[in-house]
Amino acid sequence: MRSEWVTRTKGQELGVWQSYRLRLQRKRWRIRAFRKRRDLRSVADRTGQIRSDDILVFCTMRNERVRLPYFLNYYRDMGVGHFVFVDNDSTDGSLDFLSGQPDVSVWHTCASYKRSRFGVDWLNRLQRKYAHGHWCLVVDPDEFLVYPFCDTRPLRALTDWLDASSIKSFSAMLLDMYPKGRLDDQPYLEGSNPMEIASWFDSGNYTLKKNKKFGNLWIQGGPRSRVFFHDKPEKAPALNKIPLVKWDKRYTYVSSTHMLLPRGLNQVYDEWGGEKASGVLLHAKFLDTFTAKASEELERAQHYSASVEYRAYADSLKDDPDLWCKFSEKYINWRQLEILGLMSKGNWA
Amino acid sequence: MTVGIVMLVHTALDRAEQVARHWTAAGCPVVVHVDKNVPRATYKSFEQNLTNDPLVRFCKRHRCEWGSWGIVAASQSASELMLEDFSEVSHIYLASGSCLPLRPVQELIDYLTERPRTDFIESATTADVPWTVGGLDQERFTLRFPFSWKRNRFLFDRYVEIQRRLGLQRRIPVGIIPHMGSQWWCLSRQTLSAILQDPEREEYDRYFKRVWIPDESYFQTLARQYSTNIESRSLTLSKFDFQGKPHIFYDDHLQLLRRSDCFVARKIWPRAERLYQAFLTDSSAAMKRTEPNPGKIDRIFAKAVERRTRGRAGLYMQSRMPNYDWENGLTSNPYSVFLGFTELFENFEQWLAKATNARVHGHLFSPERVEYAGGQTLINGALNDSAAHRNYFPQAFLSSLIWNTRGERQCFQFGPQDNQDINWMISRDPNAQISVISGAWAVPLFKSNRNFADLRKDAALFQKIESEHLEILRNTATKARIRVWTMAEFIEAPMEPIQAIIDEIGSVNLHRLTEAPTMVDLAGFGQFLQNLKNQGMHPYLMGDFPVERGTVNQPKQPRKPYLVR
Repeated sequence: MRSEWVTRTKGQELGVWQSYRLRLQRKRWRIRAFRKRRDLRSVADRTGQIRSDDILVFCTMRNERVRLPYFLNYYRDMGVGHFVFVDNDSTDGSLDFLSGQPDVSVWHTCASYKRSRFGVDWLNRLQRKYAHGHWCLVVDPDEFLVYPFCDTRPLRALTDWLDASSIKSFSAMLLDMYPKGRLDDQPYLEGSNPMEIASWFDSGNYTLKKNKKFGNLWIQGGPRSRVFFHDKPEKAPALNKIPLVKWDKRYTYVSSTHMLLPRGLNQVYDEWGGEKASGVLLHAKFLDTFTAKASEELERAQHYSASVEYRAYADSLKDDPDLWCKFSEKYINWRQLEILGLMSKGNWA
Repeated sequence: MTVGIVMLVHTALDRAEQVARHWTAAGCPVVVHVDKNVPRATYKSFEQNLTNDPLVRFCKRHRCEWGSWGIVAASQSASELMLEDFSEVSHIYLASGSCLPLRPVQELIDYLTERPRTDFIESATTADVPWTVGGLDQERFTLRFPFSWKRNRFLFDRYVEIQRRLGLQRRIPVGIIPHMGSQWWCLSRQTLSAILQDPEREEYDRYFKRVWIPDESYFQTLARQYSTNIESRSLTLSKFDFQGKPHIFYDDHLQLLRRSDCFVARKIWPRAERLYQAFLTDSSAAMKRTEPNPGKIDRIFAKAVERRTRGRAGLYMQSRMPNYDWENGLTSNPYSVFLGFTELFENFEQWLAKATNARVHGHLFSPERVEYAGGQTLINGALNDSAAHRNYFPQAFLSSLIWNTRGERQCFQFGPQDNQDINWMISRDPNAQISVISGAWAVPLFKSNRNFADLRKDAALFQKIESEHLEILRNTATKARIRVWTMAEFIEAPMEPIQAIIDEIGSVNLHRLTEAPTMVDLAGFGQFLQNLKNQGMHPYLMGDFPVERGTVNQPKQPRKPYLVR
């Protein structure tokens, strides 16, 4: 290491009272996660195989059987060592499929997704137990991580570099991918790359706001905001995500993977003009499976804010909207995303 | 004549072993120093693997912590052992376990044989090196550093502070001029042995033990005492990021490293299989025989530092969210804002688009919808025309629009009826060119067929809004390029100001404008203003309009268009 450490005091100073309250909140989420352990029933526990330097994937899901093979292979190829799943009462054979995989541990639950704060409590519990000291990636089965140099360097190259740079959390915003034409034009086949169908995205209609309390950014925009929330952009779903964290058992996710406590982990952006390294989660939600999913989820009412999102979808989906527009970009690779300014290499070269 | 390798190892021992064998295979002896922090068992098995190699030695182990004396002590012990055990060694090359030779070893030997008395060590006085900005430079030689920077940052900082406040200074040993440089050197036997066998060494060591980061200054300073021929550069290719951590090389750097022509590179990612495979198979055809020149790689790493510290101007994204005044550019490209032009001229937008080849939008911030050029409902980046979306964060809307259309000049109309939330941002933005014909918003009111009471109300409101906007533009913090004319001024001689604006946009038509935009018919406008006055609303932003234009011969010379700032 060379000596020109330029040090700047970062982050907003927090009052003692406020930081104490955040500390209490963090404890509260931990206790809540501890209580929710009763929801979970172990189906296949292979966590004994986890080696001390393995990168882990944590995932909650329901009825995603058709997506799982590609999902698992995508992250295996990236160098993930072990998968931990929570299956929320799937009825399509997902559980059987997962428990048959050699590098997957899976828990089953029939409890309410909503009352586990959309799976956060379950995963907080399992992460506390199994992820301490590991680089840990929390994603949904329709989220695919893209990071700088992901075509030439395995995920471990990134985590090693983050370790060497004393960085504990890595941001990857959600980028909604969609097909050209009707959602059900091209059926998704098991094992195939969903981005071959949903290969389009919005490149430049995102708004970012700072959340003072947790210090995270709040990102909205993209096709969902453009089409489903045309007149009420403030209701559009959050796209900021911090999915990759060097986990410590004291950490908790607060709301999905949008933000964490302690709040220092949310400081994934530079405030002095520079760019920190960041990636993108390609969100292959909009496949032919989506319409059925949207109506089912609406019925279950297990999603955020009274499922306002799914209600908006259901309203629009009746008219079968085309998310594609002539300014949509077709996905090529991470370099394209970095040129468009959706992600950054930071000072990783 | 050969070169001896002193290798400092602390992790990735398997790679270190591989590289050590590569060196010895070419006849270069290697002395390995293994950090004392490496567990004993790991060390033992590593030593076991290499004992069968007669050219490998292991020296006394020291605890090496960044910025502390341990690394120097390790280099000393290993060098002493090297000089003692291998008498044929003429140059000693200090390398780490994560260094990788990029060229056939024989080339390094030949290169050094041709320069038997040259010492390759980067060595500069503190005043001359740029990379201590913001850190401790001269002070690292005059203060004491008993606390670890890594583990006891708080005490480290406080102790420095106290010494500064009390004006405490250490005495630098007589005859020593502090120099600094890369910790990776290659010294001749003469110089190195002179340093290590110096009768004063004990005093020097005592002094440097309390210097901060002595591995960057011990040999660099002492070599100046003895060397007859210092070449102040490192033979090791090593790039540093903005925090002073070495950049790491991966498989995809293979071509870059091939072109570097350097003898040794650090630091290599231990799992960069392709690099190790490519460079450790010693085919002499792999490299051109040229003078080492790391400059080719400089660009790519300099860019990384630039990106991390300054970023891309006008980009707001998940990992770049600059604080106020730290934006390094509020927007990415120049753009133009026109107030009152489209009101005063017929088809001004089409005319401007033709004259400049820029994309000319209508009122982007109009209350009903975003009026994109050509009546489009979407634009680059899939920004839509929803006023709700735009009003959700107007500044972000504008910076996104300018970012999305990089490479094409954007122009848009603005007026008092539009969303005014962007006024501060635009006035602070050096990329903005703002041209104002003040009071021209009255023209559409004048042309409209509405009740006079409503017109009067609107006129009063618009005048208030526009005068507030002009206040902002005349603020001292303004960085935009601003031109303001009153309407009366402007219509006296419209072509000159228009030409100036167009010239600044840098249109493709280099010749002077031939076709002027057509002004709307203003007959009766003076009377309209007078009517407003008669109703008690005094319009002043448009300047002085006679009630009947042309009937009174105006002796007043029109004022020249003026520039704010």
